[in-house]
Amino acid sequence: MAEVVALWVYLSATPLFGLTATLSVYVLAHALYLRSGQAAWANPVLWSVVTLASLLLATGTSYPGYFSGAQFIHFLLGPAVVALGWPLWQRRTEVRQRWGRLLLAALLGGGAASGSALALSWALDLPHEVLLSMAPKSVTAPVAMGIAEKIGGVPALSAVFAMLTGLIGALSARFVFRVLRLPYSQTGWAARGFALGTASHGIGAARALQVNPDAGAYAGLALGLQVVLAALLLPLFFR
Amino acid sequence: MQGLRGLTWLLVIQSAGELLARALHLPFPGPVVGMVLLLGALRWPLVREPVAECAGFLLNHLSLLFIPVGVGVMTHLDVLSHYGGRIAVVLVLSTWIGMAVSALTLHALSRGDTFAAEAPPEAPHG
Repeated sequence: MAEVVALWVYLSATPLFGLTATLSVYVLAHALYLRSGQAAWANPVLWSVVTLASLLLATGTSYPGYFSGAQFIHFLLGPAVVALGWPLWQRRTEVRQRWGRLLLAALLGGGAASGSALALSWALDLPHEVLLSMAPKSVTAPVAMGIAEKIGGVPALSAVFAMLTGLIGALSARFVFRVLRLPYSQTGWAARGFALGTASHGIGAARALQVNPDAGAYAGLALGLQVVLAALLLPLFFR
Repeated sequence: MQGLRGLTWLLVIQSAGELLARALHLPFPGPVVGMVLLLGALRWPLVREPVAECAGFLLNHLSLLFIPVGVGVMTHLDVLSHYGGRIAVVLVLSTWIGMAVSALTLHALSRGDTFAAEAPPEAPHG
């Protein structure tokens, strides 16, 4: 038994552990997601995060220890954001024609998400730093952290809120869109994808990409627009 | 090889984005500037073909890339358990409001639009 513990202590301290654990858990969660017929509740991010966090807490492994390995996956977020230009480029003529209304939808949708989060936090009497950390939550986590730092929020808390917002959007989008009675046409899928990217950034976009290619492309566009608008407007708003 | 070449292009373009963002003091993160640069660079087949392959792979597994940050939730369990209920209400309602406003705005403005090739209605699984 002592040997097993010693081995665990050794393994969990090397970057190998975080990387292997993240990939294994994700591959399993993704297989279950496919098996479920890509059901929203089987979201692979949700179950991977729950499994890994429970595993770390149960074994007493620290988050920085885990992240020393997981950072190699985290690093790929950068090139992946650049790569979002690709589905956009494929639909460039269409996007060029609809530029004005896309910008307006991004501005109103992002404003509504941030504004309602601030108003509700204030109404429910949440502490000031929690309220400020809510503001950039519809932007992808690495960017939300940067904005939170500028406006006086807690970057780590913003990353958590952004992650949860992404999951809430990915899990409940279907229900929201059914209430809104959007049609199942190309414009309907574009509006769905755009809304997912606006309110739930990359996790919403990942869901949109899995469901419909048009929705995926518009989600990528919306996530990019949200990053630009939030990085530009939120610091001005809180000055 | 094509995929590796694609990743190289993405990293080169991301680096250019980071440099530009720093040099010009842009308020945007480097990868976002990189995404805009990529849109310009894709007109060249030398960039387009390898990037298409690598982008397909990366974007198919976009969910995986959020897991390391997501696991960070465990470091804030105290705040979350203390204000959990209220935080959940704020997050759920504001996400729905943002999603509904952007979907309805775009849909209302697009009513007159016709796409070059309107796709046949697909099975509802959004």
